[in-house]
Amino acid sequence: MRSLIAGVIAVMLVAGGATLSAPASIAQVPAPTVVAQAGRVTVDFWYGLTRPLGDILEGIATDFNNSQTRYRVVSSFKGAYPETMQAAIAAFRAGNAPHIVQMFEVGTATMMAARGAIKPVHELMKEAGIPFDPSIYLPAVRGYYSSPDGKMISMPFNSSTPITFYNKDAFRRAGLDPEKPPQTWSELRAAATKIRQTNAAPCGFTMAWPTWTNLENFSAIQDVPLASKMNGFEGMDAQMLTNSALHVRHLQTLMDMHREGTFRYGGRDSAGDALFPSGECAIIHGSSGLRARVIREARFAWGVTYLPYYDDVKGAPKNSIIGGASFWVMTSPRRTADEYRAVAEFFKFISQPEVVANWHMETGFVPITFPGMTLVQSLGYWQANPGADIPFKQLTRSRPTRNTMGLRLGNMPEIRVIFYEEWEKAFQGQQTAKQAMDAATRRSNDVLRRFERANAP
Amino acid sequence: MSRRAIFDNKILPYVLLAPQLAITIVFFFWPAGQAVAQSLLRQDPFGLRTTFVWLENFAHVVRDPAYLNAAGTTLIFSLAVVALAMGSGLLLAVTADKPIRGAGVYKTLLIWPYAVAPAVAASLWLFIFHPTIGMLGRAINQAGIPWDYTLNGTQALVLVILAASWKQVSYNFIFFLAGLQSIPRSVIEAAAVDGAGTRQRFWKVTFPLLSPTTFFLLVVNLIYSFFDTFGVIHSLTRGGPGKATETLIYKVYVDGVVYLDLGGSSAQSVILLLFVVTMTALQFKYIERRVHY
Repeated sequence: MRSLIAGVIAVMLVAGGATLSAPASIAQVPAPTVVAQAGRVTVDFWYGLTRPLGDILEGIATDFNNSQTRYRVVSSFKGAYPETMQAAIAAFRAGNAPHIVQMFEVGTATMMAARGAIKPVHELMKEAGIPFDPSIYLPAVRGYYSSPDGKMISMPFNSSTPITFYNKDAFRRAGLDPEKPPQTWSELRAAATKIRQTNAAPCGFTMAWPTWTNLENFSAIQDVPLASKMNGFEGMDAQMLTNSALHVRHLQTLMDMHREGTFRYGGRDSAGDALFPSGECAIIHGSSGLRARVIREARFAWGVTYLPYYDDVKGAPKNSIIGGASFWVMTSPRRTADEYRAVAEFFKFISQPEVVANWHMETGFVPITFPGMTLVQSLGYWQANPGADIPFKQLTRSRPTRNTMGLRLGNMPEIRVIFYEEWEKAFQGQQTAKQAMDAATRRSNDVLRRFERANAP
Repeated sequence: MSRRAIFDNKILPYVLLAPQLAITIVFFFWPAGQAVAQSLLRQDPFGLRTTFVWLENFAHVVRDPAYLNAAGTTLIFSLAVVALAMGSGLLLAVTADKPIRGAGVYKTLLIWPYAVAPAVAASLWLFIFHPTIGMLGRAINQAGIPWDYTLNGTQALVLVILAASWKQVSYNFIFFLAGLQSIPRSVIEAAAVDGAGTRQRFWKVTFPLLSPTTFFLLVVNLIYSFFDTFGVIHSLTRGGPGKATETLIYKVYVDGVVYLDLGGSSAQSVILLLFVVTMTALQFKYIERRVHY
C-alpha cells in the first residue's frame, strides 16, 4: 500500500508538471530590467525574428536609442512568432506585458479581439500628439492592420508576400525559356512536366507556407473570398468559403501534379524553403523574404516572378496579400503616459523612409510605405537587383477588393494546420479534393465558432 | 533485539521534509489545481472575458474526433515504446551481463543515449531518416522504397516510436543490468545443476527474480511514453502528417499553448491526469501482487 501511494504521487508529480495550460506555469519572468539611465524612459520590445533578421531589427532599435536621449528601447528575442505571442500573452496575464510586441499576421484577429490588452496605434499617436498618416502605407498593408472603419490598430513593420522563384539553369536544361517564367497554372504545370521529362531537376515544383501561398493568396489572386464577411473583417461570425468549386479544382490540380511527380509537397510552414536553394525543385512558391537565403545558398542562376493564376477565372490576377508581422502596443496596469509617448516616438522613427528603405534592401521584406518605396527607387536598388521589385508590384497591381484586403480570422494558426492535415491526407490518396476541402472547411468553421464564443463582446 | 533509532523531536521530520514538500506544492499541486480550475472556464487567451461553463470543456473534448484519434495514437505509441524500450533494454543487459571482452566500454556506450536531450536526439534521427536531407532516408529512396515520413503517417509513427524507444533503452539497460547483478549466482547455478538449460534458467529463474525491476520500469516507461516523449514528437513531426503522431500530451500542448484554448487544453490535462493515476493505481493493485521482492 505504501508503494501504491508513492506511485500515485510519482504520477501526479509528472502529470502535474505536464499541465501546460495553467497560466502560472507558462507565465514568463519579465525581461531583465535594464537600469534606466538618468531620465530615460525605458520601453520593453519583444520580437520574434531569428538571426540575421533579428540582428538587423536590433540595429534599428539601437539607432533609435542613439538618435535621442529621452527614450530607450530594450529589445529582447522571445523565440519564433508563435512563442513570442505566447510569451506576451502569458506576461499580460501576469501583469507584466511588454510595451511593444511583434506579432505575426495570423495573430492579428486574436490581438484585435483583445481590446483591453492592446492600445490601437491611431489612439497612441493622437495622445502623443505625433502626426500619423496611414495613407503613406501600401493599401494591402494598411487594410490588414486596420479596423473596419479604417483606423490603424497595429504598427506595420515587416511585411512580405509570396512570389515564385525559379531555377534558370534547370529551365535552360529543360529547353524552357529562362526569361519567360510561367504566369498561369497551365503554364506552370507544363513547365514542371517538361522539367521532369528532361530530368532537368529532381523535382519540378514545390511550395513553402502551403496555406499562405496556395490558399490565402490563391484566393486573393483569383479574387474569390476565403471566408464570408469580407474574409472576417466585418465580423467574428464569418464562415469559411474554402470548399468552392475553384478551391476544390486547385487542390485537384496539386493532387494531379503530385501523382504525376511534377509537384512535391515540402512540408508545413517554411519546411519547403530548403528544396529550392539546394537545386532540388526548379520552381517554388515562397515568401519574398526567402530571397536573402537564395542569394546566399543557390549555386545556380535564378529568377523571380508573380504567383500564377487560372487564366479562365474572371478578374484574375489581383493583388496578393501580405504576411510577416506588425508591432502591437500592449497595456499594463502601471503604464505611464511617458512610456506610451516613448513608444509613439519609436514608431515615428521606424516609419521614416530611410528606415523602411534600408529594411527592404537588407532583408527582402517589402517597402511598406510609398515614401520608402520612392527612396528605394531613387537609390537605383531595383535596377541593380532585377526582380527585387516583384513583391511590391504584385501587392500593388490592383486596388484591393473585398477578397484581397487580407483576412481577419480568429485562431488562424489553428486553421492553417487543419488545412495542412487535410491536404496531407489528400496527397497520400486517402481522400478526394472535394472531401479534403469540405472537411477542412467544416473543421475551420468549428474553430471560428469557438473563437467567436470565447471573444464575444 | 531490535536496533531502532529513536527521535523524540516531533517537529524535525516535518522541517526535513519541508523543502521537498514546498517544491511539490508550488510546482506540481498548485499548477495542477489551476488546471482543474481552468478546465471549468471558458476564457479568451488574455483572460479578459471569463465564463464559468461547468463541464462544457470536457463535453467538447470527449466528443472531439481528433481527441479520440489522439487517444488511439497514444495507445499504439505507448505500448510500442514500452515493449520496444524494455525488450531491447533487457536483451542488451542480459548480453552485457555475460563475461565478455570490453564489457565496460559497451556499458558506457549504451548509457550515452540517455544523456542526449530529446530535441537533440530527434535532430539526430532527422538527419538520418529525413527523405531529402537524411543520409539513410536518401539511401532508402534511392533503393526504390518510397520513404517519406513527412507525408506517410505510418512511417512517421514508426519513426517517432523508434526514436522515443531508443532514448529510453539506456535507462532500462542500467536498471536491468543492476537487477541482473543483484541476483545471487548460487540460485542460477543450482538451477543449472538441476539440469535447466539457458533458456529455462532465464525464464524460470532470472526473469521472475527480476520482476521488481521490471515492474518499476513498466511504470516509469509508461509515464515516459505518455509525458516525456513530447520533445521527440515536437522536433521530428510536430504531430503530423495529418494527425498521425499526435499523442494526448502533444494535443494538450498544441491546443493550450499554440491554439490558446486554455479551457479545452486544461480539460484534456485533467483527463490525462486522472487516467494515469487510475492506471498506475491499478498496476500497483493487481500487477504488484505477482512481483517477488
